[in-house]
Amino acid sequence: MRVVFRYVARSLITLASVSVFSFLLLELAPGDFFTDLRAETRVGPETVEALRNQYGLTRSPLARYWQWLQSFVSGDLGFSLAHRAPVASVLWVRAGNTLLLTVPALLVTWALALPLGIWAARRRGRWPDRLCGGATSTLLALPDLLVALLLLLLALRTGLFPTGGMLSPGAEDMSVTARVRDFAAHAFLPLCALVVTTLPAVFRHVRASMIEAAGAPAVQAARGLGIRPSRLTLRFVLPLAANPLVSLAGLSIATLLSASLLIEVVMSWPGLGPLLVEALLAKDVHVVLSASMLATGLLVLGNLAADLTLVGIDPRIRA
Amino acid sequence: MTRGRARALVVVLAALHLLVLLAGFVAPYDPVDQARALPFAPPVRLHVIDADGRFHPRPFVYALVPDPATADGYMEDRSRRFPVQMMVRGARYSVLPGLESNLHLVGVETPGRLFLLGTDGFGRDLLSRLLHGGRVSVGAGLLATLSALLIGMVLGTVAGFSGGRIDGGVMWAANLFMAVPWLYLLFAARAALPLHIDTRATFLLLVTVLGVVGWARPARLIRGVVLSARERTYVLAARGFGANPLYLLRRHLLPHTFGVALTQAGLLVPQYILAEVTLSFLGLGVGEPTPSWGTMLGSLQQYDVLTSYWWMFAPAVALVVTAVTYHAVTSAVHGRIRLVTT
Repeated sequence: MRVVFRYVARSLITLASVSVFSFLLLELAPGDFFTDLRAETRVGPETVEALRNQYGLTRSPLARYWQWLQSFVSGDLGFSLAHRAPVASVLWVRAGNTLLLTVPALLVTWALALPLGIWAARRRGRWPDRLCGGATSTLLALPDLLVALLLLLLALRTGLFPTGGMLSPGAEDMSVTARVRDFAAHAFLPLCALVVTTLPAVFRHVRASMIEAAGAPAVQAARGLGIRPSRLTLRFVLPLAANPLVSLAGLSIATLLSASLLIEVVMSWPGLGPLLVEALLAKDVHVVLSASMLATGLLVLGNLAADLTLVGIDPRIRA
Repeated sequence: MTRGRARALVVVLAALHLLVLLAGFVAPYDPVDQARALPFAPPVRLHVIDADGRFHPRPFVYALVPDPATADGYMEDRSRRFPVQMMVRGARYSVLPGLESNLHLVGVETPGRLFLLGTDGFGRDLLSRLLHGGRVSVGAGLLATLSALLIGMVLGTVAGFSGGRIDGGVMWAANLFMAVPWLYLLFAARAALPLHIDTRATFLLLVTVLGVVGWARPARLIRGVVLSARERTYVLAARGFGANPLYLLRRHLLPHTFGVALTQAGLLVPQYILAEVTLSFLGLGVGEPTPSWGTMLGSLQQYDVLTSYWWMFAPAVALVVTAVTYHAVTSAVHGRIRLVTT
């Protein structure tokens, strides 16, 4: 119980420091949301000043941080100047869209990587292992950006998949099944891009920890007792290899809001990625701040979940 | 990994950097020079046999003219040959600040054009842009790595050497930096920079941001090395003989960290090149008309460019080749260092 408490306290402190740190970084930037307005000849400088006053941009940094913090804690997550609305109203929708993409991608990645890794580890050094090893090192060399662009090219060339967006225009009038099908068609390519870019790392970790665990004395003893290879792999090697894999799974959950940003921008998926880039270009500070907090929070939460799971399943850590 | 192969990899890597460094000389044209009449011209074809079937030992090209049969295609004007020449005079470029030249490795006489990789939408030579863009992208990668390693090295050594509260503080900050997702951190740091400034300033600020963002990992690794080296018997002996801390650091502790620092550098450079490319791709990095691999790839965000002009993928190929070579060299060097130290 005390272990749990300590983990939670540490996570909260991390979050608070990240918010201060991000705020300071954004504070360093010259100019604010209304700077571009000043170049506009139809708007007088006094109008700009009045607007800055109205939205509290002329107050001291401390007061503005406090303003954001209050708003964040109250659930509004700050005020977006570009959208003229509380950040929460924009952010939750976008974060939801991102999760609609990343959660299935995460499930597919693990569903593929786990059996593939176990298989490659059992056939270590033979052709299945070599094939998987070669394929993953090729994929590792391809940056996300390029994978997304190539898949987009494929979509445009073949015309098999719709490009851009999450639903076709006019999807509101469709029946439920048609909407689901439309969504699936739109999500397929970004999903592929995400799986392709995350699979190699997960596969390699699974393979490496399975190979390491297979050499443990307990496994050798079990093998000496004549236990069948398949049972040996699943009941003896896999539990031993689980520790690093649980940490990795936690990390996978942690990156749910950050892994797909670039792919979203390239494939025009209406998630956090495009929102963040727009907010950065417009200096819409609260959006950037709250989105970073959300992503960091998830990262902390994912690691926390992994740690707590480990406390639960690994007796060596509890001791 | 055999010794010969490792050596070959290093040569390839050095050649890559040399090409980029000598961009002005190797590139046939100025990277911002526009041939307005030839947007999206495909890579030029080198011929050795002319229209009459005669063989010429020196390769030559034909000038491109719009193809009347298609809307935006080109055809070769076979009436005049333009032999490819070496060491020709052309656009001026600066070799070093203050030293200018107009000598180019290859070129053709002027109505002819030597677009070896084709042109972009403004009719600018893609090969020249690729080489000059490499200067920005690879340069940013190298400089950012240098600054990240420098910060990481100093903080990691100080933390590992002094221990106690300083160690705790530095490692806490490192964990903080590693707690924020990498792209968010990059975005937040980028947001701290003004949006519209001149290219050179953007470049330098970008490098600093990349370096500052990435110090945590090398710092942690180096701290670990220093921490373990500090307890070795010969270090304790030297300390017992009254060696002062600076001597200990220089003579006994820092040499241990070089291996880690070198492999970290090999891993960080391609990462930082990719980071620069990503930012520029999103329009947050170096801006037009200065080429960088990121801004060049950015034009692929237009669907018609993406589908119609395959040569626009050249920066992506350059990016992957550079990254793969770096990884191969790093793993070769890593293996050799381990052989030496154990």
